[in-house]
Amino acid sequence: MYTSEFTYHKASSVSDALAQLASNPDAKLLAGGHSLIPTMKLRLASPSALIDVSSLPELRGIRTEGDTIIIGAMTTHRELEFSKVPLLSEVARLIGDPMVRNKGTIGGALAHADPSADYPAAILALNAKIKIQSSSGARVVTADEFFQGMFTTALAPGEMLVEIHVPASVKGAAYEKFAHPASRYAVAGVAVVVHSDGSLRAAVTGAGDHAMRLTKLESEGVSSACKGLVSASDLMGDHFASAEYRAHLVDVMASKALARAK
Amino acid sequence: MTEKFFGKAVKRVEDPRFITGAGNYTDDIVLHNMTYAAMVRSPYAHAKINSIDASAALALPGVLAVLTGKDLVAAGINPIPPGWLLPDLKISAHHAIQPDKVTHVGNIVAAVIAETRAIAEDAAALVDVDYEMLPAVALGSTALAEGAPQVHELAPGNVAFKWEIGDSAAVDAEFAHAFKTVEVKLRNQRLVPNAIEPRSSLADYKRAGDEYTLYTTSQNPHIHRVMLGAFIMGIPEHKLRIVSPDVGGGFGSKIFQYPEEVIVLFASKKLNRPVKWTATRSESFVSDAQGRDHETVAEMCVDADHKVLALRVKTIANLGAYLTTFAPAVPTYLYGTLMNGTYKWKAIHCHVTGTYTNTVGVDAYRGAGRPEATYVLERIMSRMALELGVDPLEFRRKNFIQPDEFPYQTPVALQYDSGNYEPAMDKAMAMLDYAGLRAKQAEGRKNGKYIGIGVSTYLEACGLAPSALVGSLGAQAGQWESALVRVSATGKVEVLTGSHSHGQGHETAFAQVVADELQIPMEDVSIVHGDTARLPHGWGTYGSRSAPVGLSAIKMASDKINDKAKKIAAHLLEASVDDIVHEDGKYQVKGVPEKSKSFFDIALMAHLAHNYPADLEPGLEATHFYDPKNFVYPFGTHLAVVEVDANTGHIQLIRYVCVDDCGPIINPLIVEGQVHGGVAQGMGQALLENTVYDDNGQLTSGSYLEYTMPRADNMVQLEIGHTVTPSPHNPLGVKGIGEAGTISSTAAIANAVIDALEPFGVKHLDMPYTPEKVWRAISASLPQAADD
Amino acid sequence: MAQVVAVTMTVNGVKSTHHPEPRTLLVHYLREKLGLTGTHVGCDTSQCGSCTVHVDGMAIKSCTMFAVQAEGANVTTIEGMGEIGHLHALQTGFWEEHGLQCGFCTPGMIMSSADLLSHNPNPSESEIRHALEGNFCRCTGYHNIVKAVQNAAHSMAQSAMAQAADD
Repeated sequence: MYTSEFTYHKASSVSDALAQLASNPDAKLLAGGHSLIPTMKLRLASPSALIDVSSLPELRGIRTEGDTIIIGAMTTHRELEFSKVPLLSEVARLIGDPMVRNKGTIGGALAHADPSADYPAAILALNAKIKIQSSSGARVVTADEFFQGMFTTALAPGEMLVEIHVPASVKGAAYEKFAHPASRYAVAGVAVVVHSDGSLRAAVTGAGDHAMRLTKLESEGVSSACKGLVSASDLMGDHFASAEYRAHLVDVMASKALARAK
Repeated sequence: MTEKFFGKAVKRVEDPRFITGAGNYTDDIVLHNMTYAAMVRSPYAHAKINSIDASAALALPGVLAVLTGKDLVAAGINPIPPGWLLPDLKISAHHAIQPDKVTHVGNIVAAVIAETRAIAEDAAALVDVDYEMLPAVALGSTALAEGAPQVHELAPGNVAFKWEIGDSAAVDAEFAHAFKTVEVKLRNQRLVPNAIEPRSSLADYKRAGDEYTLYTTSQNPHIHRVMLGAFIMGIPEHKLRIVSPDVGGGFGSKIFQYPEEVIVLFASKKLNRPVKWTATRSESFVSDAQGRDHETVAEMCVDADHKVLALRVKTIANLGAYLTTFAPAVPTYLYGTLMNGTYKWKAIHCHVTGTYTNTVGVDAYRGAGRPEATYVLERIMSRMALELGVDPLEFRRKNFIQPDEFPYQTPVALQYDSGNYEPAMDKAMAMLDYAGLRAKQAEGRKNGKYIGIGVSTYLEACGLAPSALVGSLGAQAGQWESALVRVSATGKVEVLTGSHSHGQGHETAFAQVVADELQIPMEDVSIVHGDTARLPHGWGTYGSRSAPVGLSAIKMASDKINDKAKKIAAHLLEASVDDIVHEDGKYQVKGVPEKSKSFFDIALMAHLAHNYPADLEPGLEATHFYDPKNFVYPFGTHLAVVEVDANTGHIQLIRYVCVDDCGPIINPLIVEGQVHGGVAQGMGQALLENTVYDDNGQLTSGSYLEYTMPRADNMVQLEIGHTVTPSPHNPLGVKGIGEAGTISSTAAIANAVIDALEPFGVKHLDMPYTPEKVWRAISASLPQAADD
Repeated sequence: MAQVVAVTMTVNGVKSTHHPEPRTLLVHYLREKLGLTGTHVGCDTSQCGSCTVHVDGMAIKSCTMFAVQAEGANVTTIEGMGEIGHLHALQTGFWEEHGLQCGFCTPGMIMSSADLLSHNPNPSESEIRHALEGNFCRCTGYHNIVKAVQNAAHSMAQSAMAQAADD
């Protein structure tokens, strides 16, 4: 099975990738490829050029600066799975399958913003920051600003996600996922984080058209009964799981995550 | 004594090639000057083809041809016929490429042939088809409703056939005086077979000799040769060779004659070059014949002693848009005849309406009719036990046919040859600790832990089949099997079998039997299958027929080798043939072991014929065509244990015990492997797999992202036992085991789920037991909390 | 004409250069350019795992990677795991435990299992089942595949101990 034709450019640096991206608006960045390549094989996407950034050393690795952990965008799920990064190591272990985790990257997953992907809930709950770069410079957005809708993020044309900044330590964190039995994506995945200052953040992925904060749980705090956290009218439904069922699953997953996080 | 292989867990002889990557599947074959085909498939379930513009595709460099239905019709290529006929069957014309109209998503409207697969796929996307959309229908009962879209003009009301078996009046009479009756409405959902190897076909036409070779993923190459040669393409059979090399699983889906095989053969001759097509998985979902898809209403009644009286079954069988090869037989003769199960019914009646819909054709999928029947029967038996308030196993025990009642004539045509059902049930109950587990279940319910125990005391009929019988029922094929045992001058043995192995391990199990029969080492025997140029005509592998039918032919051909060998030995040893015995790997004069000839000696002399009986032909080879006298009837008891998470509705299989009786076991490794895989497929139907068409006939579960395949973490290690009741009518007493696991497990797991949900007042749910369905059933029974 | 790119990689210890189109998937490159047909294609959405190979020591799905991305990489396919007479412990395990029937998923199963055993030499049954989440088998019900991986883990541990005793 073949994708449409495209030209391939292996980026030598982030600035090279950005220059390539600027010169061809139809080009796509190739990271781990686990969302893009299947889409291209089914010819649902046919970019004329791919800019391969997957092995750029400047985008890989996990380092700590002060109270922040900085994760390069091309860090693989596997690297995170075997890391000590709060919550994200737990989340990474539940993504796809081992081969997907060996190749897929956190930056690619976040930029793709699949409504059922696992990271977004954790990124929101961790109150992570996303560093975005373009040929005109860099900017940092909050997780809340980053996820805007189904497959839609704060990334503008010509920009790329380069780093994820997460707190180096939290008091407690957990992710509970009800996975679709076929795709193993989240039907409802709830992340709960109790931050060092005692504040609680929680978010859900999979249930709605994009990851969202669970404000009711956050306002009720650690003693929340996790009932009616989201309204079915705000959620998606399909033949596997209706919006009403998803709303129920959010409560169940939140309750389990909260119990472990607090 | 020479080593005996029958019954031993011999490691498979085919495995070295598979574990080292040296298997030879159809898509692995590369021929000189090969071209590639890509299919243009309808995105609509029902539409007229107004026009096809292939100019952009043809303009692409590397494109060699774009074929349409009109090209095939003009060349005299016939539609693909079904291989089984029923009275008043309305047969839709299934063209390899549809010339005028499409009737399901995935129907082929054009085929592109190009220098590379990439170019063929590029060009297929450029073929511009102008469709006029028509209303579509996907569900069998909807298709029968007044005013439903008409799939084929020749089948008014979308009825392909109406069929019945049994005595309707006798059933009515039993219901009239019954102590208790129950009714169940069941949907046996549609499944996609999903052999992991996608279908692939490679045609190689040779102008010299005007000969065709087709390498294809087939369970039965000779059936393809007959259909392609005699019925579809008009190729003389001796000019058409079908090779089915290593095949990556079939489960029924690779029995059938498919359009792509016609297309590549046609294109190969047209271009005078080899043409290969290999399905993508997306294509498999919309082109491999699918399975099951029944809507059934069943009623049964018992007397005051809880003895079963009568069973009444009405089924709508969704056949899809076309009748594929065995489609008419599956929901009729392989279904209605199985309604008796292991019980003593006074009367049974089963009525089936086969309907056309705008969906992929439905045909045999592992078990083929028998899982559907077993599901109806074992569900309604458990439902009746629930209504009577009795243990579902004891209810069955009370109604079993007894060992001294065989041969047993059922009210639905079959005559069971042998059986002994209670020992299998007792063994399964002991393995599970049934009583202990029931106690634990009751205890758990008090603490919010919900497990369920389900049973199926199934019976199946396999080893297809006596030819005269199936011929009288509409089969357009014989169902005997062939074997040719060929001994070389040095005593090495090739066994040519009409059975086909696509995972079943014939190369091992068959060699075990031949090595025993000829008293030679297993490594001196090789099993050859899957090539019409090498084999006598055979009918292939499906319906768990390879051991009872194919291997019986091999055993009988081996007997002929021994008979001839004895004559040669008698000549060489100057003895009477009646005094020659075959012992310790030698043909020897009875009581005079030093007067003997080895298998090698005999084989050599048969070939040299230097010192040879005057009245005997040289050579040492024997053919046998074996036509079975009856089906064989494996049976057993399966017990499934599931746990329900009442919070989410998620169901996990936690234990599975099965005791099967497939007669004498040739190789326990292989038999148990067949059970493992069969149970996983049955579990898949009960808990995971669902083929969902929307109202427009669009398949919304057409990839592995939506269609849930069983994975390692859905299964448990199975607990397997056996009883042995030989079949009295074949020479080895063996019965098939390839489908039993699937036939029984779906019902056992379904019964377990309903049993687990009993505290919530749930008496029935349709499969698959997906979490939301279970959660809703549980929620419906719970008192609503005040704040909800 | 379509763009072609020079790609050099070492596959099963043999280095070679070919000129595929950028859109050539690694699995097609292995099967068609190198004739290594032990790696199979069973789906088009990166689920079934039949195409699993090792790239620089890690199991990946070769249907979800372009050949050009493997420039300079060390690739191991089932053909490089072992041959008759010198089988890898996993190949032996699958053979001894009847861990395969039609054989189509088997190369992928072996390659994935090898990845598991490389970082978890003594996995529990549940860890094995979880690690094989990305590999479909329609024949075996996974029963004997689990046993095959356990068999291999055991024999690898035995030979590691024997090795340690020798050292």
